[in-house]
Amino acid sequence: MTIFTVDVEDTPGVLTRVASLFRRRAFNIDSLTVGRTASPGLSRMTIVVDAEGDAARRVEAHLYKLVNVVRVENVTTRPAVLRDLAMIKVATTAETRAQIMQLADVFRARVLDVSPDSLVIEITGTEDKVDGLVDVLRPYGLLEMARTGQLAMCRGTGAAATTARPSRRTEVEAEPAAFAASV
Amino acid sequence: MQKTGAQILWESLVREGVDVVFGYPGGAILPAYDAMLDYPIRHVLVRHEQGATHMADGYARATGRVGVAIATSGPGATNMVTGIATAMMDSSPLVCITGQVGSRLIGSDAFQETDITGITLPITKHNYLVTRASDVAPTIAAAFDLARSGRPGPVLIDITKDAQQGSSESGVPADLRRRGRQPDQLPGHDLIDAALKLIGGAERPLILAGHGILLSGASDLVRRFAERADVPVAMTLLGIGGIPASHPLNLGMMGMHGEPWVNQAIQEADLLIAIGMRFDDRVTGNLKTYAPRAKKIHLEIDPAEINKNVPVDVGLVGDVSELVARLLPHVPEGDRSAWRSHIDALKGTAAVRDIQTLPDNGHLYAAHVLHDLWRETGGNAVVVTDVGQHQMWEAQYYHHDAPRSLITSGGLGTMGFALPAAIGAKVARPDAEVWVVVGDGGFQMTLCELATIAQENLDINVAVINNGYLGMVRQWQEFFYERRYAATPLASPDFVTLAEAYGLRGMRVTERAGVRPAVAAARAHRGTVVIDFRVEQEDTVYPMVPAGGDLHRMIRRPPVLAETGADA
Repeated sequence: MTIFTVDVEDTPGVLTRVASLFRRRAFNIDSLTVGRTASPGLSRMTIVVDAEGDAARRVEAHLYKLVNVVRVENVTTRPAVLRDLAMIKVATTAETRAQIMQLADVFRARVLDVSPDSLVIEITGTEDKVDGLVDVLRPYGLLEMARTGQLAMCRGTGAAATTARPSRRTEVEAEPAAFAASV
Repeated sequence: MQKTGAQILWESLVREGVDVVFGYPGGAILPAYDAMLDYPIRHVLVRHEQGATHMADGYARATGRVGVAIATSGPGATNMVTGIATAMMDSSPLVCITGQVGSRLIGSDAFQETDITGITLPITKHNYLVTRASDVAPTIAAAFDLARSGRPGPVLIDITKDAQQGSSESGVPADLRRRGRQPDQLPGHDLIDAALKLIGGAERPLILAGHGILLSGASDLVRRFAERADVPVAMTLLGIGGIPASHPLNLGMMGMHGEPWVNQAIQEADLLIAIGMRFDDRVTGNLKTYAPRAKKIHLEIDPAEINKNVPVDVGLVGDVSELVARLLPHVPEGDRSAWRSHIDALKGTAAVRDIQTLPDNGHLYAAHVLHDLWRETGGNAVVVTDVGQHQMWEAQYYHHDAPRSLITSGGLGTMGFALPAAIGAKVARPDAEVWVVVGDGGFQMTLCELATIAQENLDINVAVINNGYLGMVRQWQEFFYERRYAATPLASPDFVTLAEAYGLRGMRVTERAGVRPAVAAARAHRGTVVIDFRVEQEDTVYPMVPAGGDLHRMIRRPPVLAETGADA
């Protein structure tokens, strides 16, 4: 698995373009998150892709060929913090509720909702940690789960620096105001 | 000054140096067509929008300039898809402009609405949907920059009807016009040194010369590089013309229907210097047994091509001209006479192509046609081929000395490409002698463009290699499907009468002796001549590496056929 953070122009269709690239080149996406960044007009994608070594390098090269892609960073080999957020709805009874809440506490998870026969638990952490909580909750009955997939960020002030080759696409403000294809 | 989006469109095209567009009008592009009359741009009316894209492609390949095609929304746009994919696979710079329904109608399944930006997403370098007149100028500027920069390719601009009709200031922001492209980082000294060291130490090196040499205008540099280091050169199909065929270091074409000595040399080489080529499956055959003894250096503008099919020892990313220019002064002068003699010896036993020494028994073979066409035109024509057997025979028997003198669909293998692409080439280079070499199958896919030729008064000659079959498919059926000729026998109209119906001249040749007189007559005739060459029906392109087969194990022409005088 390789984890990329990809800054893209926030234009309609950009998600399609990125997703289409992975489909077209037959790379498997393990997870993909997208959201706003601190810079107006830029979105950050965190993409976990089933590719290693030179295949990962080619993924990066292909991403750079997309006009709306501004910056690509392979964070797999760099000091980075990784987080996954999950909301887990687990079945409870009067007897099990306290046990489950204790387990959640051990994992530093939070209880978001308490109903007569279920709890909704929020957990943030590395993928392993989230998986660990899911495993211990499974015997009680998982009713529903939603996960964000991984988010990644490099540690320290080197975050904005990149080892990637320079690209004219860093000149975001110079891009024409045309709209890309709608998603 | 306020202008309409349609006016700004043409103004922008003029600014980009566009002198001709190939197109077909329709409802959603009508405002643009109305404005066109006021601008100094020639419009070639095509008979099918696929033709417009191939013409723009032929224009681009003949000159290196960006070709422009224009069509309406819906079916006009979808008809362009094949031509766009063809240009994408062969890295040909195109800007395709399509009309789109009004922006408020988008998504409503309006009449002739189609999601052409969605459809062409994987077959363009990029595409744009323009919904405001003020976006037209910057988008055109960006599209041309993108189409021609880096690895060239097609860009599509979909412009809504209201964007064409709306008004905006016509000036283009200067910063954007002159923005330019930051050059990709050229490789550092360590990689250049590693490449030079491999070249210096190689005893059996080969240059694999691809399309990138033509796209980059690196012919002279690569020739000097080859001469200085004394390295023989093998050509890909699209690389043909990059190094003159008559150059002593040029070995000929590699790959599936390449020369046996070239493929054998690749298998025996200790170093491959791949320049502007992408190790397509048609040139490598079985990757597991490909060039097993060779170290590999790959000079390539697209970093995504490095290590894609063949792992290389040194990958140099950048414009091929710049890379070769950096290597050239430092490359050790070499003497590979032993290696060259060895390849010559391979050639001695395998050079089955010298048909001048063949007995002429009256049969007409495609090889005769191409060989005689080459001799009669002095090898100076721009030849535009379609896809199939005739394409391979052309590559084998017509020897190209000049860059951009062979125009052919390689990557996508698009039948129907030749005739419209030749129109684009002729329009781009009116002084060049342009020949179409096309099969009876591919010709019938786009022969409606004969009307375009007639309307534009073009002087293009068409050699139809007519064998009554979809020949290459038939050949595969012969080799790999036990001669079960499913759907390959092909009926055709009388091409002579057909040419005359279009107001052109038609001729028919059925024997070898008629080839050169017919070619001479066609050359002398002012205007287009269609020559129907009735060739041997079940002739086969030899030699051949079966798909995925080992490069050094080629199917050769069996002796029984050799007696008929076809070859060998």
